[in-house]
Amino acid sequence: MARIDLVDLAQSYNGNDAPLESFALKPVTMTWRQGGAYALLGPSGCGKTTLLNLISGIVTPSRGKILFDGRDITPLSTQKRNIAQVFQFPVIYDTMTVGENLAFPLKNRGVAKAEVDARVRQIADLLDLTPYLNRKATRLTADAKQKISLGRGLVRSDVAAVLFDEPLTVIDPELKWQLRSKLKALHRELDLTMIYVTHDQTEALTFADTVVVMHDGRVVQSGTPAELFDKPAHTFVGYFIGSPGMNIVPAEVSGHEARIDGHVIGLHRNYGVLPAGKKIEIGVRPEFVDVGAPASGLLSATIERIDDLGRIQFARVRVGNTKLAARVPPGFSVSGDTAGLIFNPAYVHVYADSHLVEGVA
Amino acid sequence: MDKTINQKAWFLVLPVFLVVAFSAVLPLMTVVNYSMQDTFGNNQFFWNGVGWFKELLDPSTDLGGRFLASLGRNLFFSAVILAIEVPLGIVVALSMPREGWSVAACLVILALPLLIPWNVVGTIWQIFGRPDIGLLGYVLNHLGFNYNYVSNDVDAWVTVIVMDVWHWTSLVALLCYAGLKSIPDAYYQAAQIDGASRWAVFKAIQLPKMNRVLLIAVLLRFMDSFMIYTEPFVVTGGGPGNSTTFVSIELVKIALGQFDLGKAAALSLVYNLIILIVCWVFYTVMTNAGSERPVKEGAA
Repeated sequence: MARIDLVDLAQSYNGNDAPLESFALKPVTMTWRQGGAYALLGPSGCGKTTLLNLISGIVTPSRGKILFDGRDITPLSTQKRNIAQVFQFPVIYDTMTVGENLAFPLKNRGVAKAEVDARVRQIADLLDLTPYLNRKATRLTADAKQKISLGRGLVRSDVAAVLFDEPLTVIDPELKWQLRSKLKALHRELDLTMIYVTHDQTEALTFADTVVVMHDGRVVQSGTPAELFDKPAHTFVGYFIGSPGMNIVPAEVSGHEARIDGHVIGLHRNYGVLPAGKKIEIGVRPEFVDVGAPASGLLSATIERIDDLGRIQFARVRVGNTKLAARVPPGFSVSGDTAGLIFNPAYVHVYADSHLVEGVA
Repeated sequence: MDKTINQKAWFLVLPVFLVVAFSAVLPLMTVVNYSMQDTFGNNQFFWNGVGWFKELLDPSTDLGGRFLASLGRNLFFSAVILAIEVPLGIVVALSMPREGWSVAACLVILALPLLIPWNVVGTIWQIFGRPDIGLLGYVLNHLGFNYNYVSNDVDAWVTVIVMDVWHWTSLVALLCYAGLKSIPDAYYQAAQIDGASRWAVFKAIQLPKMNRVLLIAVLLRFMDSFMIYTEPFVVTGGGPGNSTTFVSIELVKIALGQFDLGKAAALSLVYNLIILIVCWVFYTVMTNAGSERPVKEGAA
């Protein structure tokens, strides 16, 4: 039970003198609230597991500090930090029963027997493991084994945080949904801080109240799923979250206008004069671009194909050399291979060198 | 489904039949044949039925007495060897480095005793332990221990056991090391997270994961020590008296010393059978050790 602060935390696997660009985790400063459900989201190799291992103490940071409730715990070993972690592949102790597995973290810390029993029963109950408590853990399925791993992570009531490192990788898709909702329920019930690492946006967005998106060793944005969707702070977030991802189009922006190939798109905010020498792009989610019949006021695009996702149809179009996705409005049928694009100005964002530029209302 | 009939396939199986026949079945059958007969030389044989086997298992006869005494010594020897080499091998494996150049160095040093021919090992220790010119014997005697493996039973036993430990602990250590290396890091990390002590890590992770290789180590060491011949023969020649005469040494005495082919053949078969049975029991017990235990009440 603690607030976790990271202060200028960085990790290099090539020694501290290596250039900053090669760091697996570039310096990050952030705060994790007590009781929050966080997801660390990013592609493989973006440094999310490194960040997790730094918090749990499996890896000692090259730079920076980690504070639990203001107390510097950076030099402490994993055992001494009050942290639980669940790994990608199930780790179970072969010689023990399911119950003994769950009790192991408590027994090692000298918790009284009555309390251990009560806690193990509670966790087994929450994870539907009660019928197996007296069974050997070795002969169970991968799903059940991973549940035991999850259980061992959740069994201690006094932990500063429970860290999950892609814990549902080995689980069947069907059960994944159940376990994820279960974790969410457990989070509410047990009032634990949970940090969940994943590269699956659905998993992150459904589990967490705060999603932290990482890219190339950096935290690029942290916010609620809605914030990440509506207002990505970095083109990577726009592109990585959402399916299809955000359209990123090179443009010239000044004042209330963006120009693509000479065509003017109105903007909701005033961007004044943007600094020269930066790569200026506009980003807009496919959900906020509609295709319509070609008209003189609209940006005309070539239709390449239509993706039918059942509920909604997306047109894959091309403007010049830039590919975009746009929504096909209900009742509109595409004819011919050119269309006009209708932008919703409230959701068109401007990026300079990939970072969001806040306009003036 | 139709079965393909291809008589030519027999030509592919035939070499295996021949090799197995000449390498295993025929020699073994010769021994079975001898074990039922008596001979006075001159290639004359007389049918003796199970007579040799009866004599072999009856302690009151000369043959039975010698066999059962050497069998007892051999079982005791194997038990002592296993009791020392298995725990020692585990300890050595646990204390070996996990990465860096020192791994290669350790592996080479460990492998050295395994590469020395057995009679050379015997010769090394025979000389090493001599009270007059051997380093070990000389030093021990000068420190006030009256050590002499030629005249003292206990000294002879200690020498043979220490020699075997020196020769074969490496094998157990190497097998255990391989077993330890195959444990994924996640297990150690999880144990750290779970606050496990060093001892708990050993008991909950390392020992169970070494289960398989330990089974192999125990089987190999049991078979080898139960069949031991060369090293004790070179060092003590089975003496003083008969105190280090193991079954194989007794067997060679009967077969080649006395040329009692029938007795020797019967002894070989029983010897072989004992090894098979003991190995089977070991294997069954150790492979089942890790499976379902009877359900304990209230073991949460």
